[in-house]
Amino acid sequence: MRYEAPTTINAAVKLLAGKAGVARVLAGGTDLLVQMRTDRIAPDLVVDVKRIAGMRAIATGAKGFKIGAAVSGAELGEHKALRKAWPGVVEAANLIGPKQIQSRATIAGNVCNASPAADSVPALVAAGASAVIAGTKGKRTVPVETIAVGPGRTSLKKGEIVEAILLPKRPPRSGDAYLRFIPRSEMDIAVVGVGVSLTLDTKGVCTAARVALGAVAERVLLVPEAAKALIGSKIDDDALARLAAAASAACRPIDDKRGTKEFRIKIAGVLAKRAAQAAAARARGK
Amino acid sequence: MTKINVSTTINGDAVDYLCDAESTLLDVLRDQLGLTGSKEGCGTGDCGACSVLVDGRVTCSCLVLGAEAEGRTILTVEGIAEGGKLHPLQEKFLEFAALQCGVCTPGFLVASKALLDRNPNPTEEEIRFGLAGNLCRCTGYDKIVRAVQAAAAEMRKG
Ligand SMILES: Cc1cc2nc3c(=O)[nH]c(=O)nc-3n(C[C@H](O)[C@H](O)[C@H](O)COP(=O)(O)OP(=O)(O)OC[C@H]3O[C@@H](n4cnc5c(N)ncnc54)[C@H](O)[C@@H]3O)c2cc1C
Ligand code: FES
Ligand code: FES
Repeated sequence: MRYEAPTTINAAVKLLAGKAGVARVLAGGTDLLVQMRTDRIAPDLVVDVKRIAGMRAIATGAKGFKIGAAVSGAELGEHKALRKAWPGVVEAANLIGPKQIQSRATIAGNVCNASPAADSVPALVAAGASAVIAGTKGKRTVPVETIAVGPGRTSLKKGEIVEAILLPKRPPRSGDAYLRFIPRSEMDIAVVGVGVSLTLDTKGVCTAARVALGAVAERVLLVPEAAKALIGSKIDDDALARLAAAASAACRPIDDKRGTKEFRIKIAGVLAKRAAQAAAARARGK
Repeated sequence: MTKINVSTTINGDAVDYLCDAESTLLDVLRDQLGLTGSKEGCGTGDCGACSVLVDGRVTCSCLVLGAEAEGRTILTVEGIAEGGKLHPLQEKFLEFAALQCGVCTPGFLVASKALLDRNPNPTEEEIRFGLAGNLCRCTGYDKIVRAVQAAAAEMRKG
């Protein structure tokens, strides 16, 4: 194996694109090193992106936040403005493992590892986050939900690197939340995860919403039908019941040791309701 | 295979080493530098026995490549005592019998130090949460939590 730590994104792209065999980006390494050490992957080349300028920075601009792909969960949690604007995204990112993992794990790595149960991904998808991707043909920006295509598989082409995750600016009276079900009280893999982001008008009527589900399909799902149940409502019981039904209907889970299909389908509805209530409380300033 | 030349700082000393691309920081610490305080319990980020501080943040050294340490500042359990005097955490772990076999202890000490460096007066819940990345199969954790509370109180006295 070869290890490289280039200082520019172009050099990193060139290394990854030019290497025959298995080449991998190394961000926090909390998935990659586990996969290497359990012999699930044996890369010929590992490109550490942490030394590339800007990769470890969070930039705040007129359009929102630009989070460098090597920013750790701990750093996200310490960023006050980000926590204030996107509490659900930050909470979801901070659920990824204990302190030792938080020091290293990135949300870009969580997205690119393409686990259907990745905790930050439903929150990012609900938030309308996009990813800036650098490749041999220049840069492109895509919605986060288009990156994972199945367990461990992404739509990234050879040589492509996620350079940053973008979170849009927040309109007033907006809130987001992420909730997951795990069998233990902390430190486990999601059986179901739900992210909700919404905006209310001055009368408390929902004008925009996005709902995303994790661990109930081969990838994280954006569920427009579930969002439709919220839009135009005051997030009342009737809207919440329709939201739950739409969330459950969108699930196509597997049975595994963590939970049965029936359980996952039911819990997706329950958590969607609770996440919507939490997001609405935030939007109302509570 | 060509080795990678790494210059880093470990426990306050400038250290240079040559390592393979595949070697983890834990491998380098234990097998090349003789710093065997950090333990390998699982090798996959689950037990925390390999915990070290990298630029002040607690990290599993089994999930860091040796090559990644270039230019960083590393603290291992060997660097916690100051000039022959045990750190208050070490004193209190002994006093409260917060260890039995001791395999988890270096990791708990490093993670506890990281916790108290950021939060000198943690609640019990914050301690348990802050140490959730460290597993102990002997003590049942309670004595560890008490030792950390006592060390925190001692350190606040200054
Ligand atoms: C003890 C432990 C607990 C964990 N708990 C959780 C949990 O609760 N929830 C959860 O969701 N996950 C959990 N994880 C998994 C892991 O920590 C997360 O998925 C993390 O976000 C991965 O980020 P990373 O930066 O470490 O990725 P890495 O391991 O560096 O990379 C992961 C994958 O993505 C690719 N990649 C990384 N960055 C980029 C990029 N910028 N562009 C292109 N490709 C890239 C890599 O090549 C690799 O294939 C846990 C892991 C451990 C070891
Ligand atoms: S040996 Fe590193 S976490 Fe277990
Ligand atoms: S004292 Fe034996 S594992 Fe903790």
